[in-house]
Amino acid sequence: MSEYLNIFLTILQRDMKLAFRNKAEFINPLMFFVIVIILFPLAFGSDSALLKQLTSGIIWVTALLATVLSLEAIFRTDFEDGSIEQLTLARYPLTLLVSAKITAHWIIFGLPLLLTALLTGFILSLSEQTMMALFITLLLGTPILSLIGAITVALTIGLRGGMLLSLLILPLYMPVLIFSMLAVENASIGQSIAAEIYFLAGMLVLAITLAPITTATALRIRLS
Amino acid sequence: MSLYKNLHRWFHQFASPKYFYDISHTISRWTVIICIVCFVCGLYGGLVLAPADYQQGESFRIMYVHVPAAWMSLFVYMVMAISGGIGLIWHIKLADIVARSSAPIGASFTFLALATGAIWGKPMWGTWWVWDARLTSELILLFLYLGYIALQSAFEDRRVAARAGAILALVGTVNIPIIHYSVEWWSTLHQGPTITKLDKPSIHVSMLIPLLFMVLAFKTFYITSLLIRVRTEILEYEYNTSWVKQLLGNHNNVTN
Repeated sequence: MSEYLNIFLTILQRDMKLAFRNKAEFINPLMFFVIVIILFPLAFGSDSALLKQLTSGIIWVTALLATVLSLEAIFRTDFEDGSIEQLTLARYPLTLLVSAKITAHWIIFGLPLLLTALLTGFILSLSEQTMMALFITLLLGTPILSLIGAITVALTIGLRGGMLLSLLILPLYMPVLIFSMLAVENASIGQSIAAEIYFLAGMLVLAITLAPITTATALRIRLS
Repeated sequence: MSLYKNLHRWFHQFASPKYFYDISHTISRWTVIICIVCFVCGLYGGLVLAPADYQQGESFRIMYVHVPAAWMSLFVYMVMAISGGIGLIWHIKLADIVARSSAPIGASFTFLALATGAIWGKPMWGTWWVWDARLTSELILLFLYLGYIALQSAFEDRRVAARAGAILALVGTVNIPIIHYSVEWWSTLHQGPTITKLDKPSIHVSMLIPLLFMVLAFKTFYITSLLIRVRTEILEYEYNTSWVKQLLGNHNNVTN
């Protein structure tokens, strides 16, 4: 058991080290996130009532788009230099190795995205309850995005055209967006958000259970 | 035990492309007849015999296309996912072909359901489109189909394409109930189900019977067009084998 844990941590460390050496891969989607959010006050006027209503929705939708842009980085360099083939040949289960890579993606991209989203929430002066709901939904939601995203990235890795990835993935992201927005909406009018949070947490558990297995299978198919 | 063996043998025989190519011709002949008969009966019953609805007037009659198309859109997705899964697990070529051939048909059914719904919605709700739960999940279903088709065309190797598509379809299957319930949480404008309440359906028998005919017609239409697609795909898949060469050779001789 501890051997598996060691392997998990080794892959996690390796991916994080690689990401810190090549920061642009993960920082660029974050910059995209901030820039797109800044576009909205410029378009609607900085203190319009309309913008106040839209802010949390804008933050979530932009988070989805930025995640789609960041996803390719999970497997691309490994696919290009052939180390992904080495991973599939390793004597450890591919599911384990893949879940380490997905965890690394969330730590490198999901966590900073969460913090950046909160910062932009401050800039756009969201209310306290809304910020809290936004924080919780992003905390539960971004790992789901990384997990589901890993499946589709594994399927499309090495295919030409990045558009395909976003076409496949955005329909699968819609439930996360809907529940998060319902939670934020309820929070902004002072109602309980427990139901939405439970549903998001349920989806997270489901994704953690199934997504690494599916990603491993998809990778094997892609490399066959 | 011998029954099991026979079943097993039959299953493998049925899954062999050559056998299926021969037998599907016979099957599709019958299904096309059933399809035409059911279409005629269903359309006559629905458009002429059934009384006008006391609230919706004549425009409820579009239901005879809308409801079967909406049912088929989900049914075809299930067929696609299940046969994709079979192809993935047991490496049965025919299952891959069925999954691949189902996608465009299913997408068309989904589009038909959305289009007829919009046409019906204009006089009834006063708008072509509302962001209601069922409409939204049907639209997302259409995007799932289109994504599947896009993924299929991105691969050059058919084997890899079929298996990658199967994964995507299975992921979509897990997602469909979640998508359905997530959009259900919006307040819903769409009328509740009237037919699934089997003990006491809230639709009159004179309206129900044509609908059942139309459902059967749509189902046999799906089977027929699926078989035609599958037969073409089999020929493309197996163009290197001797039986296809022989078949095409004979055909060329006849046409020459």
